[in-house]
Amino acid sequence: MNDPIYKTEDLIAKDIDAYLELHRHKSMLRFITCGSVDDGKSTLIGRLLYDSKMIFEDQLETLEYDSKKVGTQGQEIDFALLVDGLAAEREQGITIDVAYRFFATEKRKYIVADTPGHEQYTRNMVTGASTADLAIILIDARKAILTQTRRHSYLAHLIGIKNIVLAVNKMDLIDYNQAQYDKIVSDYSEFAQQIGIKNFTPIPLSGLKGDNIASKSDAMPWYDGVSLIDHLDDLQISSETNQSSDFRMAVQWVNRPNLDFRGFSGQIAKGTIVAGDAVRILPSGKTTIIDKIITMDGDLEVAHKGQSVTITLRDEIDCSRGDVIVAAHNPPEVADRFESTLVWMAEEAMMPGRAYQMKIGTQLVSAIVQSPKYQINVNSHEHMAAKTLELNNIGVCEISTDKRITFEPYSDNRAMGGFILIDRITNATVAAGMIHFALRRSQNVHWQAIDIDRKAHAALKNQKPRTLWFTGLSGSGKSTIANLVEKKLHALGKHSYLLDGDNVRHGLNKDLGFTDADRIENIRRISEVANLMTDAGLIILTAFISPFRAEREMARNLMQDGEFIEIHVNTPLEIAEQRDVKGLYKKARSGELKNFTGIDSPYEAPENAEITVDTTTMSAEEAADTIVNYVLG
Amino acid sequence: MTQLTHLHRLEAESIHILREVAAEAEKPVMLYSVGKDSAVMLHLAKKAFYPSTPPFPLMHVDTTWKFKAMYELREKAALDAGMELIVHQNPEAKEKGINPFDHGSVHTDMWKTEGLKQALNIHGFDAAFGGARRDEEKSRAKERVFSFRGENHRWDPKSQRPELWNLYNSRKSKNESIRVFPISNWTELDIWQYIHLENIEIVPLYMSEKRPTVMRDGMLLMVDDERFPLNDGEKPEMKSIRFRTLGCYPLTGAVESAATTLPEIIQEMLLTTTSERQGRAIDHDQAASMEKKKQEGYF
Repeated sequence: MNDPIYKTEDLIAKDIDAYLELHRHKSMLRFITCGSVDDGKSTLIGRLLYDSKMIFEDQLETLEYDSKKVGTQGQEIDFALLVDGLAAEREQGITIDVAYRFFATEKRKYIVADTPGHEQYTRNMVTGASTADLAIILIDARKAILTQTRRHSYLAHLIGIKNIVLAVNKMDLIDYNQAQYDKIVSDYSEFAQQIGIKNFTPIPLSGLKGDNIASKSDAMPWYDGVSLIDHLDDLQISSETNQSSDFRMAVQWVNRPNLDFRGFSGQIAKGTIVAGDAVRILPSGKTTIIDKIITMDGDLEVAHKGQSVTITLRDEIDCSRGDVIVAAHNPPEVADRFESTLVWMAEEAMMPGRAYQMKIGTQLVSAIVQSPKYQINVNSHEHMAAKTLELNNIGVCEISTDKRITFEPYSDNRAMGGFILIDRITNATVAAGMIHFALRRSQNVHWQAIDIDRKAHAALKNQKPRTLWFTGLSGSGKSTIANLVEKKLHALGKHSYLLDGDNVRHGLNKDLGFTDADRIENIRRISEVANLMTDAGLIILTAFISPFRAEREMARNLMQDGEFIEIHVNTPLEIAEQRDVKGLYKKARSGELKNFTGIDSPYEAPENAEITVDTTTMSAEEAADTIVNYVLG
Repeated sequence: MTQLTHLHRLEAESIHILREVAAEAEKPVMLYSVGKDSAVMLHLAKKAFYPSTPPFPLMHVDTTWKFKAMYELREKAALDAGMELIVHQNPEAKEKGINPFDHGSVHTDMWKTEGLKQALNIHGFDAAFGGARRDEEKSRAKERVFSFRGENHRWDPKSQRPELWNLYNSRKSKNESIRVFPISNWTELDIWQYIHLENIEIVPLYMSEKRPTVMRDGMLLMVDDERFPLNDGEKPEMKSIRFRTLGCYPLTGAVESAATTLPEIIQEMLLTTTSERQGRAIDHDQAASMEKKKQEGYF
């Protein structure tokens, strides 16, 4: 092996001190390899170990012996045998657990998490990926992008691995054909975009022959990238540099050798700390100053993410295991209800409503998981309805804890957003979770039975609560008539409120556009608001196009019988378009405005409206009187 | 952001593991075998809890057949660390006079495997730190940092708990105990380099020196005391030897070497092509021997 990266051997022989100096400054990269036996994963890892001289002579002898006995490569060395560890697996020829391998180059030390590829081992892959900085997705060059490739990529992305290598393996078996390789890369690229993988590095290689592993292969002159090892060696590990780097450290252990010393030990999850920095203890929120950063090698001026330290505080304040010490400004959230992704890892399915132990950082709390909002198909990435999660299922669930916990969204901070769930009876680790966000207080409140009800509200106002739901084309006269109706009601001493389409879209619904989905959501929110106000005893007037029957029905169903009065302001399209008060029809006709009701978006006229107003035969004033009579009659 | 070196990262990870166990286990213990891996593990424990003394005792499961130099360092290391040292010798093995010359693998079974189970049961330790590394051997590569053992201290490779991020689940049932391997991710080279950088005291047997030896069954053995029965025609010969791994002296093969300093040892290790465990007689039987031993409760 004369590859340049392994030249260190000369240095070891000639100047061991220089070599040790070099080795001690190496950085570390942890990566995961995803693929199946068929993709040549074990062979690739075996090759990496072999090429970096991590195999000793006696192991090599065993390997040569085993290769001939049970190997799949005839008389040649079967590298896969190097890494297929457990006896059971060697017999079955599959890797069933996560194995960790080690090798080093001149620049880096590597820890490889070697995980199996089949769907029934999703949990193993997630486990291996949780500590990885990079993922190598293996594809057999003879095949297309398979279901399992999609699954591996999705899982790597889900766990938040930013660096992805697409290793197109077994190039030797397709005669190093560039066209076939390009096709795989372009197919993968399209897929990667769909699931949100921003970039990846494709490399054509052969684990068996060693092409493009340690050095560039002569067999593929058309490939203008670097070898796998060069890529791994030179990669800048993009840790969470884009995020704010405010200090966070979970307290693991309170260090009290005697009454005069009280230190807090932990591993820094994020940011940097300097003696004298202001910090906050969460969840209590008390603030103090860092006194010293203590290690056995002497006090530190500064400590960084990843270091295990012991710190002392200026003030005597309560702080114990499970508390998190954070930069005083910009502290993380503290909450007790979350939306999270869960990867279920136990044979026994999830039990919604059951209390599990939840470990997040050094916090251990009791947590109840709700039925999944949806389950994610790991192969197609579709959302599916689900009542529970079974082994290897992934879903999005609400979780509530018995105590408030300190956290950050997983996408910002793996250490403070990743958690495990533990079964209280078997003590098994049953799930891995990733927090998306805390649920707001409003969602945190259960529906309360209220003594002062709808009737009581209305009785005080001496009126019957109503929702007058005006519907019709743009420019039909809904707002004009609704306005008049409200004036008349007001004059009669009635308590009313007008919800106008344009006004609501400026505030409550300003995040919504005009797609069908947004129109539906627009109406859903208005219905809910109308319902609450009706509950408060008011007479509500809503003036929205509300083009779909289904949503108007939904609004009607929220109310008590007789409260919902649908008013169809029936103005033919030609007339509404002639009026064109806001100039919208003109814009829609010219194509400037999309999804305009009546032009390129449908309007479903009511079939059984309580009141129909024909504005071609009736003035606005007359229409308003008709409506007021109906309401008060 | 400053990038930590690989040794800094390994050190921080090991310290994190040691502290998690100290915080969550009821009665932890550190198994101390006096070898280089134990030396590193003990050093990490001192760092993890400084300025406190590590909040658990050291325990040596003794076979009475270790090298003299190991016994000397054992006492000194415990004293220096200010930690309690528990020495356990299987009384049954003692009574029967089990020794490596006459009893072959029964020696390891009774003194080490049985001895360890007894010691853990007698003292009621629920978590025991061990200095095993994943790069030592293939079945170790798949063992977790927290390895759960049932009532009979058996290891079931199929029902290991998934370990995610740096979150360890240390909850256990009544009759379970945990073996914890804080230096799982260190390699042999990392261990040596760390000993060198941190100036950690190790048994002098790792360094070459002229010592009395005999060659037996292809293994170069050191005649460490008068209990070594010499066969006909065998005469101890003074040779410059050192050990790459330390165990019971009649079972531990030496290598001829001129390496008297740590850098020289590392140099020799890196240039040599024989893996570490070959010096131990225990692994030679069959490919899956270590896995079998572990299922039976060997550390």
